[in-house]
Parts: sequence; C-alpha cells; structure tokens
Amino acid sequence: MDANALMIDVGEKLEQQEKAAEPARVPREKIIALSRAVIMPLITFGIVALVWTYVHEHVSNQIPSIPDTWDAAKTILAHPFYNNGPNDMGIGWQLLYSLGRVMAGFALAAIVGIPVGFMMGMSPAIQNAWQPLIQILRPVSPLAWLPIGLLLFKAVNPSAIFVIFITSIWPMIVNTAAGVKAVPKDYLNVAAVLKLSRLEIIRKILFPATLPHVITGMRLSLGIAWMVIVAAEMLTGGIGIGFWLWDEWNNLNIPHIIVAIILIGLVGITLEAVMNLVQRWFDYE
Amino acid sequence: MSHLILENIGMTFKTQKGAFRALENVNLKIGKGEFVSLIGHSGCGKSTVLNIVAGLARASEGIVLLENREVNSPGPDRAVVFQNHSLLPWLTVYENVRLAVDKAFSNGKSRTERDEWTRHNLELVQMQHAMEKKPSEISGGMKQRVGIARALSMEPKILLMDEPFGALDALTRGHLQDSVMEIHAALGNTVIMITHDVDEAVLLSDRIVMMTNGPAATVGKILDVEQERPRDRLALSEHPDYVALRSAVLEFLYSRRMRPAA
Repeated sequence: MDANALMIDVGEKLEQQEKAAEPARVPREKIIALSRAVIMPLITFGIVALVWTYVHEHVSNQIPSIPDTWDAAKTILAHPFYNNGPNDMGIGWQLLYSLGRVMAGFALAAIVGIPVGFMMGMSPAIQNAWQPLIQILRPVSPLAWLPIGLLLFKAVNPSAIFVIFITSIWPMIVNTAAGVKAVPKDYLNVAAVLKLSRLEIIRKILFPATLPHVITGMRLSLGIAWMVIVAAEMLTGGIGIGFWLWDEWNNLNIPHIIVAIILIGLVGITLEAVMNLVQRWFDYE
Repeated sequence: MSHLILENIGMTFKTQKGAFRALENVNLKIGKGEFVSLIGHSGCGKSTVLNIVAGLARASEGIVLLENREVNSPGPDRAVVFQNHSLLPWLTVYENVRLAVDKAFSNGKSRTERDEWTRHNLELVQMQHAMEKKPSEISGGMKQRVGIARALSMEPKILLMDEPFGALDALTRGHLQDSVMEIHAALGNTVIMITHDVDEAVLLSDRIVMMTNGPAATVGKILDVEQERPRDRLALSEHPDYVALRSAVLEFLYSRRMRPAA
C-alpha cells in the first residue's frame, strides 16, 4: 500500500467516524437548546412559586396560595365575556375596553406626533422652536395630565384617552425626528442627482428611510401606554382592567388581583410581539 | 472642443477651526468619450472635484462648463456612481433603476419604453437575474453593478464614479473593471473615475490625472495612457509601457507623500 492509498484510507475512516458521531451529536445540541429555552425559565418560575408560598405561609396569609389563585383564574376565565350590565362585566371586556383606549390615544398620538417629528427632523428652525417644550414635558408622568383631561373633557373616557395620547406622543416625535436626521446623506445625494422635487424627496426618500425609526417610536409608545392605562383607569373608574383591579382591591379579592397582573403582562407581551413583527417587516437590512 | 471644462476651481470649506483651503486652481479639460481617472492620496480633494462636477457641492471660485453651459446644480446629465452604491434599500433592484429612468425620461419615453429601458440597462451590467431582489439580498459587487446601471440608465453626458470598486474584494473588482471597460467600449461614455488603485487607473483610463496632496490640492501631473483598446489585463500586466506608466504614477504618489507640503 503506497502513501496516497493510505491517506485515502485514513480519510475514509475519519469520514465514517464523523458520520457515526453525527446522529449522537445533533440531539445533544438540541437537548441543550431545549433545556435553555424551557428548563431554565421553569427553574425561575419554580423559585417564584417557592417565594410566593413562603410569603403566603409565613409573611402574610392574605396573599393567596397558588392553588387558590389557580381556582380564581379558572372561574374568571371560564366566562371572560359575560355581561351583567356596566358594573359587572367579564375580564375579557375589561381588557378590551383598556386596549380600545390605548389604541385610540395611540392612533391620535401617531396622527399628531409623526408629522411633528417629521417637521422637526427636516427643519432646524422648527426643531429649535419645539425642543425646549418637549424636553420639559417629556419627563412628566402622563398621569399628571389626568386632571387637565378631566377638566377639559368632563368625562372619564376621553380623559383616559388623552392621558394615553400624552404618553405616546413623545417617543413618536423624538424617534421620528431622529429618524429623519439619520437619513444617510447618500440617499439625499441620489435624490439631488435625480432632481426629485421636495414632495418626491419626502415621499420616496425621507418617508421610507425614516419608517423603521417611526416604528421603533410606536413600539416604545405602545409599551408605555399599556402600563399607563392601568394606572389611569384606577383613577378614572368605569370599565377597564385598571379599575377592575382596583375594585378587586376594594373587595379585598387578592386572587383576582394576581390573575389580573398576569393577564396584563400577557397582553403586554402580545402587543410587544406584534410590534416586533411589524418592525421586522420594515427592517430593510 | 472639450466636452467638460474645469477652470480655476478653488474650494474653501468653513470649519470650526476656521477656513480650510481644499482646492486651488484646478484646471482640467475632458473630451467627449474620454475615460479619465483622478488619483491621489486620501483627503487630497478628489471627491470634492467630483462633487463639484456633479453639482453636489459649489466651488468657491472658478467655473465648470459642460457642453459650454455652466454647471451649478445636480442633474441626471451628470450621473454619479457612489462609492457605497447608495441603492435605496426599500426598493428592489428593478425599482431602484426604474426610479432613475422615470425621472430622467418623464417626458421622453412611454411606460413600456421606460420598462424596457430599465431592463436593458440591468442586462448591460448582467443583473437581469436579480431584478426582484432587494439590495440586502445581493452581494457588494452586484450592488455596485446596479449602481452603475442606475447611472447609465439616465443617459448622462458624463458618468462620475467615486471610488466605485473601493469596497470590493480583488476578484470582484476585476470583474467589474472588465464590465466597465466593455460598457465604455460599447456606449462611448465620458467618464471621470476617482480611484486610489494604480492598476485600476492604468487599466481603465485614457488619461490619469494625479492630484497633489492637500491643503490647496491641485492637478499635479497628467499621464496619457496610449494603450489600444480593448485592453486585456493579463497581456497588459507584462507590457513595458504599462509597467512604465504604473511606476510613473507610483513615483508621483510616493514622492508627494515624502513632501506633503509640495
């Protein structure tokens, strides 16, 4: 056997070994990935459950036990859309009313905020004019605006929508303006060489180039708006998950509060997931 | 008669540290169908010259004449191939070129003609297979091909290329250089190309314009490349004239670097 043949022989053997090793290797990687995705979170939830049980048994027995909460959840979720008049509706309705207010305020904020952001991004004069106002108002908790809303609209529903409008508008303005300013100079040079009109530049260059930033602003807005609506509804009352939660506190029905917290969280991650999908859709890279 | 004339171009930029004199007395005449390379060290003002011809920058002094008319704003008669391709990422390859075609021939061509002309130009750069792809889905060399198609599709009087192949690997660059030579042979465009690649300059150009180092950069020396076309990179690399030109450019660049204030 000469040297070449030997090398081929060794090569084939190595190949065979690799083939033999492969079926065993892939599942192991899968197991590791699966354990990371499932087992690790389960451990975290397990620790939370332990702490919860400890608090229930040794700190405050008013905090319900896990089985009690589970039973409450089953009752609540058995009929999420029952309707016994405006003071007694299922949790599904409560969540939908809250979502409706968020969507209304969010849409109004988009209608106002995106054009304002565009103007600020395009014109340094408008930027100078608006920047100080926005800087003062942006750090204010949107709930501080609730009395102004109640005074202006003399009704709770528009006031809550107004608070969401105030919540959502700042990230939209700021991100849109930043997006317009971040449009690469090259795109504008292309527009100049093609002799696009000002309107065409806005429509064909600035708008599509800014869109990913606008969507980032919308995603941030929506997340905060969903947090704020719960607090706003606690103050305004009526139908909505925030007041429902507060009402359960007045009834000292703690299992319901915990169920509400979990449901609010689930709606929140759903909104986040939807916005992430939209964002990925408009990501050009 | 010269097609493009640059006369006593000077450029001063206002910076935070005061005025910066970028260009001084740049004079250049380019004939119709001529392929001219601008070569020089980074920061010597090559791009500024190109931007002034494109109309993207206004010269502080001097005048640019294209077919005896002053150039003072950008336009599709001076199409630019940008260094980083500058394709709009939300449009497909076809739409990127079509946008230029629609603007350049808004009155001159019907819808069908514009569609055909878009496809024709993409065929010219061998990109017809990727018309429906987005720029993010094609390679760097392909993007640059589309950039060239977009520029050619405007039927410019002069094609301006700003280090068009600078960001590409050597093999891809070679393919694109061959494509540019073929297109230049077929269409006879007037071309100004910025490069910092000596071989590229010698291979492609009729004349090589070598710029001195800034500040106050100007045209240092102009070399005529009298090699016959079509040129073949392999045959040329051995040719004594090619070797001599190549060393002349290197000599200029190298000696300038030793005396940057010259």
